[in-house]
Amino acid sequence: MKRHLISAADLTRDDALLVLDTAEELAHIAERPIKKLPTLRGRTVVNLFFEDSTRTRISFEAAAKRLSADVINFSAKGSSVSKGETLKDTALTLQAMGADAVVIRHGASGAPHTLANSGWLRGSVVNAGDGTHEHPTQALLDAFTMRRRLNDGKGDLEGRRITIVGDVLHSRVARSNVLLLATLGAEVTLVAPPTLLPIGVETWPCQVSYDIDSTLAKSDAVMMLRVQRERMNASYFPTEREYSRRYGLDEKRMAALPEHAIVMHPGPMNRGMEIAANVADSPRSTIVEQVTNGVSVRMAVLYLLLGGSEPAVTTTATEENAK
Amino acid sequence: MSTYLIKNAKVLGGDAQDVLISDGRIAEIGTGLAAPDATQIIEADGHVLLPGLVDLHTHLREPGREDAETVETGTRAAALGGYTAVHAMANTDPVADTAGVVEQVWRLGQESGRCDVHPVGAVTIGLNGERLAELGAMHESAANVKVFSDDGKCVHDAVIMRRALEYVKAFDGVVAQHAQEPRLTEGAQMNEGTVSGILGLRGWPAVAEEAIIARDVLLAAHVGSRLHICHVSTAGSVEIIRWAKSKGWDVTAEVTPHHLLLTDELVRSYDPVYKVNPPLRTAEDVAALREGLADGTIDAVATDHAPHPTEDKDCEWAVAAMGMLGLETALGIVQQTMVESGLLDWAGVADRMSVRPARIGRLDGHGRAIAVGEPANLVLVDPSARRTVEPSELASKSANTPYAGLELPGRVAATFLRGVPTVIDGKLA
Repeated sequence: MKRHLISAADLTRDDALLVLDTAEELAHIAERPIKKLPTLRGRTVVNLFFEDSTRTRISFEAAAKRLSADVINFSAKGSSVSKGETLKDTALTLQAMGADAVVIRHGASGAPHTLANSGWLRGSVVNAGDGTHEHPTQALLDAFTMRRRLNDGKGDLEGRRITIVGDVLHSRVARSNVLLLATLGAEVTLVAPPTLLPIGVETWPCQVSYDIDSTLAKSDAVMMLRVQRERMNASYFPTEREYSRRYGLDEKRMAALPEHAIVMHPGPMNRGMEIAANVADSPRSTIVEQVTNGVSVRMAVLYLLLGGSEPAVTTTATEENAK
Repeated sequence: MSTYLIKNAKVLGGDAQDVLISDGRIAEIGTGLAAPDATQIIEADGHVLLPGLVDLHTHLREPGREDAETVETGTRAAALGGYTAVHAMANTDPVADTAGVVEQVWRLGQESGRCDVHPVGAVTIGLNGERLAELGAMHESAANVKVFSDDGKCVHDAVIMRRALEYVKAFDGVVAQHAQEPRLTEGAQMNEGTVSGILGLRGWPAVAEEAIIARDVLLAAHVGSRLHICHVSTAGSVEIIRWAKSKGWDVTAEVTPHHLLLTDELVRSYDPVYKVNPPLRTAEDVAALREGLADGTIDAVATDHAPHPTEDKDCEWAVAAMGMLGLETALGIVQQTMVESGLLDWAGVADRMSVRPARIGRLDGHGRAIAVGEPANLVLVDPSARRTVEPSELASKSANTPYAGLELPGRVAATFLRGVPTVIDGKLA
């Protein structure tokens, strides 16, 4: 694995499988009464969040703490950043404090890349979502979820058909998923109104469709993307009602899915907009499971970037747990 | 005034000749010229002699951003790049939209003495695109402004653009348009295409430039004005300008050195040194721009020299300033992209970097033939030298060059401004 995780494209097939297999191993820790491993004891993980994102931050925080790392949460609001401190000075401060890994969420595409390649920091950088660029750990947890539901938690996703629906143009989740799923051998179809697809999407390793109904019957998983409020009055589509009618996943559409197919959403959802409430709450929905899996996958990523070659779950750790 | 004899210079790349400079003018041209007493002899040794370069598009940043560049540092960079005249863009602070500001910049240029500085006047007050600035007053001032531009911003209102085009006819002025449809480029970060889609950076589509150029050539034809297009960056723009010229309309255009060489693939590094407006485009655009410059559709190479202090580039892409240095590397880029590729000979370089830009700016003393009696605004280039660009060695006050570490052909050996060397042996005189 590379030293940083900035893009899903940083992961080879072997890297991705290593993360997923390690996450499977670590997931069992969560089932134990003591959910903690000593693996990253004495290491410092900084959660550097320039955008509000409670769910991603607490997921990384739980992951780091279960590996016994020291966790520092640095939120841009109310910090020196809101007083105009630059990314560079923030990075230098974290370096001076001895951060071994920096988990960064930033509104600007490329900020994690800049942080990792600027020479400001020596630690590993993990992209926890940058602008409209990428969110690689989300893609990993989505792949983990698909693999568990569709492949018994083993191997890759060769030949699995995954449909991703919604605002691809502004979605970092979609970009990372397309890249990772292609690496894992899945066949991805993006579905969106033409206004919400980026120029050049035809060069991506996936299919593109404007019609959700023609893709559902042959999907093993359908992932609904959040439509952000600020898009709703910018003429990407006429009205919320029309968007929901043409691209929303309601019960009728869910019925068109094959028996085994799952329904995914990275959250937070707009119930009634891109996904109907009873679809989100149906047994096919993996939305809550995705959150649980997020912790295991992020543990695996932090462990592999920081822990190096030692096994994640050692005998000692198991004994400690057994006590 | 001193006398200089340049020996064995290839005038416009032709046969080696001697050129005698006296009293600010070219006194004699021939072979085996004798040097009068007290003449300084410069062994050109087969270097190429061109008319002093003229830049239609330079940001000298003074007044207002003296931390990035001053007229003094900018004209040093210009002289080292082979320039004898530059046009200083109006987007200073305060904006050069009054006679007072353009006269200040004019005077600072005179005091520097290394390169003529011709201030560009803003088209509209504060570059706001709403009301015409006092174009006539700026023209009548000591700065004698003839080029007007809201560069950095587009004169997007069609009526304001029409009025400006018409108004400056009274004193043979020209409007230099920064072609960028504002609504199509809100928050734009880079060229819109395959790379922007992957990087998740908001796109600046080619059509936003081309639509404005199409509108403005039609407007210029309608009112019978001349029009200049700044920093043309797309293949489609070249086609529109070619069409407008085929109609006989008085339209001219410039291209920057960076758009002749660099592409948007470089943005994959998210390194803000590649952030510029208009953005770096695709390889197809680069090829069309070179072809357009070669066939004369594009009249001039203009640097769009845009200095920025370190802190405005040492940051994440989204908040970085747009622009890159150009004065000290322009000739090398043109040699590499146009001369070494066989698209232009040295006479062609002289035409696109001196003769035509001087004509567009209506500068009488620049861009002249290398002939007896003409003002001795000259640059001597060693085309066989090669150099590696080192940002800290540049004379500009800023270091935001995208060519750091790149080896470029050619070296400016000497520059003469009205017979006085501003650069000698590749160093400031």
